[in-house]
Amino acid sequence: MSGHVVPLKVYFAIFATLMVLTALTVRVAFINLGPYNAAVALGIATTKAVLVILYFMHLRYSSKLTWIVVLAGFFWLGILLVITMTDYVTRSLPHLPT
Amino acid sequence: MQDSHAAAAHHPAFQHHFETMEQQREASTLGMWLFLITEILFFGGMFTVYLVYRNWYFASFAAGSLTLDLTLGAFNTVVLIGSSLTMALAVHSAETGQRNLLVAFLLLTILLGATFLGVKAVEYSHKFEEHHVPGPSFRFGSEELRHFHEEATALRSTQIHGVELGEVQLFFSLYFAMTGMHALHMVIGIGVLSVLAWKSRRGVYSPEYFAPVEYAGLYWHFVDIVWIFLFPLLYLITRHVGVHP
Repeated sequence: MSGHVVPLKVYFAIFATLMVLTALTVRVAFINLGPYNAAVALGIATTKAVLVILYFMHLRYSSKLTWIVVLAGFFWLGILLVITMTDYVTRSLPHLPT
Repeated sequence: MQDSHAAAAHHPAFQHHFETMEQQREASTLGMWLFLITEILFFGGMFTVYLVYRNWYFASFAAGSLTLDLTLGAFNTVVLIGSSLTMALAVHSAETGQRNLLVAFLLLTILLGATFLGVKAVEYSHKFEEHHVPGPSFRFGSEELRHFHEEATALRSTQIHGVELGEVQLFFSLYFAMTGMHALHMVIGIGVLSVLAWKSRRGVYSPEYFAPVEYAGLYWHFVDIVWIFLFPLLYLITRHVGVHP
């Protein structure tokens, strides 16, 4: 009955990649990139999360229905973050002279 | 197909309202993911709060973040990703019917999870000793502030001014709420894995039926993902403030 048995070497390759990305994110944190530090840190974290979801959590080998449900979940998370932040981030923008 | 259907239908874990074992598996996988999505949105709410206040009170959050022990945080990240690997290997052992390996990898995952919690306890006790726990005894002394300003002024950044006691407390409130909620999930995960290890030893799971192992794995990997975001947000994202250009 079982679905796709993921080869062991895939798991080890993903683990090695996650370790390299962890070392990278710690290293980059000490380089001053100004506002881009946050973007780089979150970009690396998102890459790591996607690798975990696709391979450790087997999403890559799951049905289309599971894909849709997972993507819909992250879509709502995106709405929560993006719409909230567009408000809060722009509140301190300079006003036009009156 | 008919044969496999008949064989599956005789499996004790097969529920009569499903047509095949495969359909049952498909439905339960979907159910587990739906639960995890409620968890993603639950943690997402806390991440949103964190992002809003970090955006408003950047200097205070940087000052608070710089007091966290980066070495312990990085060590815990490695431990937790390692436990995700052993969990994935446990599921693989269940799929291929290697009972002893399954028990071994579950126990190894529990051990790594306990290591993470132990390190977390050490970090928490440091915070208690330094009075960095929000509340009446909260202290963020002149020493921490001086250390922070020495490093931050070198940055010549206009962002780095006005560290406020209340705002630093807010950072630590979020630190304890988010890492505490994450740790609670790990305690629950360790409990679930302990039951699974015990049942695996008794030979409950087979290549035909190992759904509980698989879904405990999904849960464990999800908890790993939460930490993958907590680590940079709490420990790393303001480290460059202390870096001299």
